[in-house]
Amino acid sequence: MKAYLILEDGTVFTGTSIGANKEVISEIVFNTSMTGYLEVLTDPSYAGQAVTMTYPLIGNYGITRSDMESLKCWHDGFIVRELSRIPSNFRSEYTIQQFLIENDVPGIAGIDTRALTKILREKGTMNGMITTKEYSDLSEILPKIKAFKATKVVEKVTCSEAYTLQAYEYRSNIPDSFDGIDGFENIGKAVKSRKMEASKASHGEKTYNVALLDFGAKRNIPRCLCERGCNVTVYPAHTTAEEILATNPDGIMLSNGPGDPADNVEIIAEVKKLYDSNVPIFAICLGHQLMALATGAKTHKLKYGHRGVNHPVKDLKTGRVYMSSQNHGYVVDEESLDPSVAESAFINVNDKTNEGLSYKNKKIFTVQFHPEACGGPQDTAYLFDRFIEMMGGAL
Amino acid sequence: MPLNKNIKKVMVIGSGPIVIGQAAEFDYAGTQACRSLKEEGLEVVLVNSNPATIMTDKDIADEVYIEPLTAKVVKQIMLKEKPDSLLPTLGGQAGLNLAMEIAESGFLEEHNIKLIGTTALTIKKAEDRLEFKNTMEKIGEPVAASLVVENVEDGVAFAAKIGYPVVLRPAYTLGGSGGGIAHNVTELQDILANGLRLSRVGQVLVERCIAGWKEIEYEVMRDGAGNCITVCNMENLDPVGVHTGDSIVVAPSQTLSDKEYQMLRTSALNIITELGITGGCNVQYALKPDSFEYCVIEVNPRVSRSSALASKATGYPIAKVAAKIAVGYTLDEIKNAVTGKTYASFEPALDYCVVKMPRLPFDKFITAKRTLTTQMKATGEVMSICTNFEGALMKAIRSLEQHVDSLRSYDFSNLHGEELTLQLQKVDDRRIWVIAEALRQHWDPDRIYEITKIDRWFIDKIKNLVEMEEALSTRELTEDLLREAKRMEFSDKVISELSGKTEEVVKALRHQYNIRAVYKMVDTCAAEFEAQTPYYYSCYDGINESIETKPEKKVLILGSGPIRIGQGIEFDFCSVHCTWAFKEEGYETVIVNNNPETVSTDFDIADKLYFEPLTPEDVESIVDIEKPDGAVVQFGGQTAIKLTESLMKMGVPILGTSARDVDAAEDRERFDEILEQCQIARPKGHTVFTTEEALNAAHELGYPVLVRPSYVLGGQGMQIAISDEDVIQFMEIINRIQQDHPILVDKYLMGKELEVDAVCDGTDIVIPGIMEHIERTGIHSGDSISVYPARSITEQAKKNVIDYTEKLARALHVKGMINIQFIAIGDDVYIIEVNPRSSRTVPYISKVTGIPIVKLATKVIVGHTLKELGYAPGLQKEADYIAIKMPVFSFEKIRGADISLGPEMKSTGECLGISPDFNEALYKAFVGASIDPTRHKQIIMTLRKEDRQEGIEIGRRFEALGYKIYATRGTARDLNAAGVHAIKVNKLEQEAPTLLDLLLEHRIDLVIDTPSSGVEHSRDGFLIRRTAIETGVTCLTAIDTARALVSSLEVAHQAEFNLVDIAKVKNA
Repeated sequence: MKAYLILEDGTVFTGTSIGANKEVISEIVFNTSMTGYLEVLTDPSYAGQAVTMTYPLIGNYGITRSDMESLKCWHDGFIVRELSRIPSNFRSEYTIQQFLIENDVPGIAGIDTRALTKILREKGTMNGMITTKEYSDLSEILPKIKAFKATKVVEKVTCSEAYTLQAYEYRSNIPDSFDGIDGFENIGKAVKSRKMEASKASHGEKTYNVALLDFGAKRNIPRCLCERGCNVTVYPAHTTAEEILATNPDGIMLSNGPGDPADNVEIIAEVKKLYDSNVPIFAICLGHQLMALATGAKTHKLKYGHRGVNHPVKDLKTGRVYMSSQNHGYVVDEESLDPSVAESAFINVNDKTNEGLSYKNKKIFTVQFHPEACGGPQDTAYLFDRFIEMMGGAL
Repeated sequence: MPLNKNIKKVMVIGSGPIVIGQAAEFDYAGTQACRSLKEEGLEVVLVNSNPATIMTDKDIADEVYIEPLTAKVVKQIMLKEKPDSLLPTLGGQAGLNLAMEIAESGFLEEHNIKLIGTTALTIKKAEDRLEFKNTMEKIGEPVAASLVVENVEDGVAFAAKIGYPVVLRPAYTLGGSGGGIAHNVTELQDILANGLRLSRVGQVLVERCIAGWKEIEYEVMRDGAGNCITVCNMENLDPVGVHTGDSIVVAPSQTLSDKEYQMLRTSALNIITELGITGGCNVQYALKPDSFEYCVIEVNPRVSRSSALASKATGYPIAKVAAKIAVGYTLDEIKNAVTGKTYASFEPALDYCVVKMPRLPFDKFITAKRTLTTQMKATGEVMSICTNFEGALMKAIRSLEQHVDSLRSYDFSNLHGEELTLQLQKVDDRRIWVIAEALRQHWDPDRIYEITKIDRWFIDKIKNLVEMEEALSTRELTEDLLREAKRMEFSDKVISELSGKTEEVVKALRHQYNIRAVYKMVDTCAAEFEAQTPYYYSCYDGINESIETKPEKKVLILGSGPIRIGQGIEFDFCSVHCTWAFKEEGYETVIVNNNPETVSTDFDIADKLYFEPLTPEDVESIVDIEKPDGAVVQFGGQTAIKLTESLMKMGVPILGTSARDVDAAEDRERFDEILEQCQIARPKGHTVFTTEEALNAAHELGYPVLVRPSYVLGGQGMQIAISDEDVIQFMEIINRIQQDHPILVDKYLMGKELEVDAVCDGTDIVIPGIMEHIERTGIHSGDSISVYPARSITEQAKKNVIDYTEKLARALHVKGMINIQFIAIGDDVYIIEVNPRSSRTVPYISKVTGIPIVKLATKVIVGHTLKELGYAPGLQKEADYIAIKMPVFSFEKIRGADISLGPEMKSTGECLGISPDFNEALYKAFVGASIDPTRHKQIIMTLRKEDRQEGIEIGRRFEALGYKIYATRGTARDLNAAGVHAIKVNKLEQEAPTLLDLLLEHRIDLVIDTPSSGVEHSRDGFLIRRTAIETGVTCLTAIDTARALVSSLEVAHQAEFNLVDIAKVKNA
């Protein structure tokens, strides 16, 4: 079946319908990662958006449920050049086509995704409609497309009630050991076990209780903490600061999440209270923006955002540059920072925008990018170690 | 960190002659790196024995030494030039080994020369098998069970422990030379013994076989501050077991989930960090297809063929960045030249699919085994880019120029069931064609997977192509079907064959439906940032984004495609220089080429680069968009020449010599007329089509005769026939491939072979020099040792050469380059062939005469006269030194190839020997070609009757140098009779010890075996030559080469060489 992508500027792409057969209006963004489409599809930060993958061949390795970063797909729509007709990977359970239908996500395939990306790059992120209906008169629907704004997205993606994940028990699906294969020496332990051993070696056997505020958290955030010996209690986004602080957590983690950070007025007020407590805090992405807003800084929307797994960020303290996984449309305005409150800790090497903050006289540091990766490079996972060290008393 | 101020003068070591496993990619990397160093204001001293390279141009480095790559020579150059730093990671394995040897000797420390870009420790950790294994163990990176052995017994014992099959990898060899997979103890003993001999340190790694696993590679960069990135990863379509150089390789990986991708990426970063590499590095993995289990196969701590491929596949200039890192910069300080906005500290995002295919030489070596193993056999490769895998594969196939344009090009339809299974089990270069056939016969893809272990995703893609073939041949050619076929890059020709319509009709239909190729940009960032560099590929499913330019003058330059025997790096040299010259003349330059190893496909050589197949249809699509004012075909070898007619049909004027005149040189009748007009003699000959006609011609001319197809390069299919039987066989071989042009049968004349490259502006002719071959006629010019200036011909012969060159250039209305080969017998000079285009010898003769021939030719083409350019017509003043071009062969890589030299070219590369003294020049040339038979001072001579008289003199000279001579019966008898002591050894069929036993004892330096001509190659001779090659013994098959060698050895004792700085060579 034919499908159309109609952008708010009137551009129309014609392709083939994939996934659910329904019409949707959403914000159109692009992601440049070459692998990790499932992680992208299940990243709650994409709620209220339709994502186009710039890599043209999608679905090659099928769908493996345990790689999902949340329970379902949050995209409004999915835009690709070509969907693989067969999945090929030993872990694949079913096809991406089925996945989209199962999640009731409409999409379009067979369009020039590079041309679309260039439009978004040049004109900035804009809204669009994915439909199988042929509109002869765009003037009717363009205002409707233009008017779209995703609201209450954090509410949509956060968990409904608190739950706890036990240290070392919740972890990634990569098998623990490659042992037992004949004839191989030193195949060694699996990456994960190695990490866990290393963690125990460096942080000791002590376990920490971490409160994770779920604004749309990717699963790998609690995983990274659990692997490092934390018991993680996940709280709905609107949990009050008092309720969290009452449990006496060793540390608080603010998660990633979707939407315009400034919309979350109530949450920001609670985050301010967390700031005022002396509990160590680590925040990622939306969490990072909310903390900045809570302490008086401002955020603004980037022209077309950072979505991909190849974004260079520089640790200003060490001068080291790391590849990072990113997914954000908004950014903290460095100019608006109160220098007595926070200072820039990471910047993006390409556009020099803020990528992380370190709060003065507080055990608080926040990053715009995703150290939990999934998908993307694991280069900044050391930040979780830094958080653990901070809970253990280090500044 | 900014530029290290202590670095002022850097020595760069190149990779030497082109051999299988070490080809043009190092010229590309070296050239890019040298330019990058000069950009920083550093002085660059370059050493490389290969004169065909661009990196040895005086524009690329400040001091250029085209000298043999030995420790002795390089040290001598260091003493003379006093560099403060040595950058060893650009010259491939050869360069790295050499740098290691010099570093280990303590010479660098002694003279305060710093190794930059790496450290001796890093190299040792990555290259030494045991160190590598220990290092990997230390950081917990898995490697396959293995043991480094130094003798066969240990290898056998270890294999018994881990079980067969086992993989054998000799330490410090290139292209996996001497390696292989042993399935049993006999094979193990055989391969291991050979590998031990070929390894510089006498070590071979015996390793558990992980054949059938996915082979994945990562290209990693690291700077001095410890910042790491991966440039890209690549997945081999062929599972582990086939050398990656012989595999079809796809970038980025297609069948890895993010978990696997990141697991290996993290591993690669850990490895480069542990090894402490500052620069580029390639890590190869085997990944078990049904688990997360993996092991590290190999790490190359330097730029490599894979890094060249990754650079071209992503637009990320690895060599350039590596050079900047070596002199102190960090990744975030180096600008990404493609975007101009971002930095080198990022990972390219691709929004297309890249397919690389190897160019294998089995069309040249028809007796060779086609089997692909861990020992690389490809001479070159092609790369293609498309928005889908099917399209990229189809474009790669037709880029190969091996008479293949689709998955139908090799016909296996006669095989069924068991036979087809057997064929599928064969791991050779035609495997994807066999898979296609199995799919046509409706085999279950799982069954194909079980046999081949090629991932189901790739098999499904092949299936998709096969289904399209089926659709095209059974369904109506609707707009949708045609659009989809073009999306998958079926050429109009293939569509026409399948649909039964003519190519013209298909094309007309396409235009009617407006189905046209559009061009997308390779920009390193998947369109996230605006890019500055117009590097394009075609696809059919999108909007065109190639920037329309309407400069005053625009020229289309056609490249030379994949490197193959007969058409090598020399033609890339010519294409690049032609591009630069056109730029100087104010032209906008547009290059079309498909070879990822070359300088011409670097993103900043031409104003626009189209990475596309060089077929008429692909070129026409570019012409439609670019509308060039003209095209040049005379620099891109036969690949470009073949496009002449098509370009004219497209209405693109051919710049330089007209197509009609080019044709006159190839068309026998018209050429004969011209010769007659000019009163120039040539060996008598005829054009024929059938075997019968060929026999008649041979009888009329009298044997021996030369038989060859016309319009080929490298003497492909050319043979000397001495009997009817030969003629019948050669004609049969030539006619296996459809011949569009007649076959030539010529009288074979024996004499001195001469060669000239000249530039003609229509009136005047400049002849930079006359080259003379050491080997007499009958051996392809590309395989002969070439001497400049010619020194053994008469003055009259020389005059005739000049006279004939001028006459022919004028008669053919040459505008640009002309190459002529002559035979001189006394004062008489005959023409062998005329090529009104650039030739293999152009880079060599340009360098040794200091005359920029390609530049001159290009300027002449655009309308300048030679006088205007400051050159007096005629033969230019001869140089004060002798420059010798020595062919270099890769026979040890191709099992079963016959090494005896003849009219068909077999060499893969060349090196130079240059000196005021002839013998010293010869010695340097031989040493440069790794022919230095001075270890045991024992040789074997087995000569055909005709060569014995000359052989006696040669034997005598070897004896005087203290050599012990072994010889077969007849040769020994004649030698002894003449007073040269020779020990008789038995031929193979006689009782032991035979010649073969002698060779296998590894006590022989050299075999001189001159086989009788004709088809009747004795099995004995073949075996002796192969055994010699495979045990690393030099084997010469022409008596003239042997004489040259002994002359050269007479100066071998010299303590120092005369060094010539090529950059300072000027022609007054």
